Amino acid sequence: MPERTSSVALTVNGAPLRVPRGTTVAAAVLMAGSHARTSITGEPRGPLCGMGICFECRVTINGLPHQKSCQILCESRMDVQTP
Amino acid sequence: MNARFHILIVGAGPAGIAAAVRASESGASVGIVDDNPAPGGQIWRRGAPQLTTARRWFRRLEAATVERLQGWRVFDAPEPGLLLAERSGLASEAAPCAELRYDKLILATGARERFLPFPGWTLPNVMGAGGLDALVRGGLPIEGKRVLVAGSGPLLLAVAAELAERGAHVVGVFEQAPLSRLLSFGLHLSGQPAKLIQGFRLRLATRGVPISTGCWPVAAHGAGKLEAVTVRRGTRQWQIPCDYLACGFHLVPNLELPMLLGCRIENGFVMTNDFQSTSTSNVYCAGEPTGIGGVERALIEGEIAGLAASGQVDAARNLRRTHRATNKFVRVLQQAFALDPRLRELPQPDTLVCRCEDVPIAALREHRSWRDAKLLTRCGMGPCQGRICGAATAFLFGWTQDSVRPPLLPARIASLSACGAAQSNPHGKDAL
Repeated sequence: MPERTSSVALTVNGAPLRVPRGTTVAAAVLMAGSHARTSITGEPRGPLCGMGICFECRVTINGLPHQKSCQILCESRMDVQTP
Repeated sequence: MNARFHILIVGAGPAGIAAAVRASESGASVGIVDDNPAPGGQIWRRGAPQLTTARRWFRRLEAATVERLQGWRVFDAPEPGLLLAERSGLASEAAPCAELRYDKLILATGARERFLPFPGWTLPNVMGAGGLDALVRGGLPIEGKRVLVAGSGPLLLAVAAELAERGAHVVGVFEQAPLSRLLSFGLHLSGQPAKLIQGFRLRLATRGVPISTGCWPVAAHGAGKLEAVTVRRGTRQWQIPCDYLACGFHLVPNLELPMLLGCRIENGFVMTNDFQSTSTSNVYCAGEPTGIGGVERALIEGEIAGLAASGQVDAARNLRRTHRATNKFVRVLQQAFALDPRLRELPQPDTLVCRCEDVPIAALREHRSWRDAKLLTRCGMGPCQGRICGAATAFLFGWTQDSVRPPLLPARIASLSACGAAQSNPHGKDAL
C-alpha cells in the first residue's frame, strides 16, 4: 500500500507512531509519552526552549546521539530512542 | 559545501528576511543561513495561521534571488569574511559542514526567552511560553490540555491566545509586572504594538482566560513530570493543577555570534549606527540583538541593513524616521516588563541553575563572577554553553559573560576538521 503523503510513520523507543508531516521529533517524543533525556544527576528532562537553544530535547535518531529533536522534522522509518 | 556571497545574512526571522529581500534588489549575490527547518524565525514559525505582514514578506522572499541555507547553524567565524556552518538535521549528508564567505555580513540572530530558576522548573512539561508554542506548532496536540502561562512580557498574551484558540484549557496568565506599570505601558503604546496587544487581550477575554498581574510561579510539582504549579501574589499563594507550564520572563538577545565577531555590546545589546553597522567592519546587525522591540522594528532594521550593506544608502536613510518611532517601543517594553527583584528569592538551595551540568544555586552563591563559577562548578560549561543559565545568573547575581569561544555550539568532530576550524582560533584569547 502506498504511504500517505500527509503523514509519516516512525518509531519512538521501538513503538510505532504515525504523525502528520511537518511534526518535529520533539513533539513526537512527547506524543509517545516519553521525556527526552536524563540529566547528569539522573533527572528526566523534556524540551524547554523549543528553538534549539537549551539542548534539553536531545535524543538519539537512527543511532546518532545528541540530536536536537525540536529542530528536526519526523521522517518515514525514523528510529528515535530516548533513555 | 562552500559558498561565497556579496551579502550573507544569519537568521531568517523577520529582520533577516527583510534584509535579504532589500539587499537582493541591488543585484548583489545574497545568501541567508538559518538553523531551523523553515524560514520565519520564532515569531513567524510555521504551523499557525500567518498574519498578513508575514505572508507578504514570505512572498517577497520567494520572489527574490536569495540562496537559502535552511537548517544550517553557524558555529565559528575563524577569520574576517568567513563563517563556518554545520547542518542541523541528521548527519547523513556527505558534507555536513559549509564554509560561507562574504563581503558584508548581516546578523539577524534574534532573541530567546529568559528562564529563571524556581523549584521544579526542570520537570518535563515545564517549558518556555514560546517554547510550548513552538512545540504545538510542531505538532504537539494541545486540545483539552490544562496550560498555565506565566512569566513576563507581551509574548505570554500571544501564546495564551493562540493555545486557547487551539482548544487548550488555559487556566490563567500570570504576569510578574504589576498592574500599575502595565497600565502606564498601555498609555505609552501606539500604532501596531498597541493594536496587537489589545487584540490578544480581547481574544483571551472572549475565552474567559483570567490574566493576573504582580503574580508569578514559586514552584512546579510532579513526580517525573509536571502535575501542578504554586503561584504567589504578595503574601498569598495557591496551587493550580495543570499539564503544561509555559513560562518565560521576557526575552534576551542572541549575542553569541556578534560577540565572537567582536561587535561592541553596550547594556546587553549590539551597538549599531544609523545604518545598522556594528563596530566590526562589514558587519551589520538588525532586530532583537540591538534591542527587544518586536516584529515591526525588526523589519525596519532588516530593511535598513539590507539596503545599506548593498550600497542603497539613500533608500536606507529614508527609513530612519520610521525606525526612530519603533525605537520608542524598546524603551516602553523595557520599563513595563522590568523584573521584580523578589524573583531572585525563588530558588531554594538545591534548585538547579545550570540544567546542563546540574549545578544548584547553593554551589554558585560563594562565587563572585561568571568566570569563577564556570571554573569551579562547571556552571555554563555544558552543551548550551550558558545560553540558559547565563541570563539567569545575570539577573540573580549581576554576572556578565565576558567572552565567547568557538565552537559556538557543540559541533561534530568531522565538521571541525573538515573546515579546519580546530586549527585557527583567533577569538579564543582567554582560557575560558
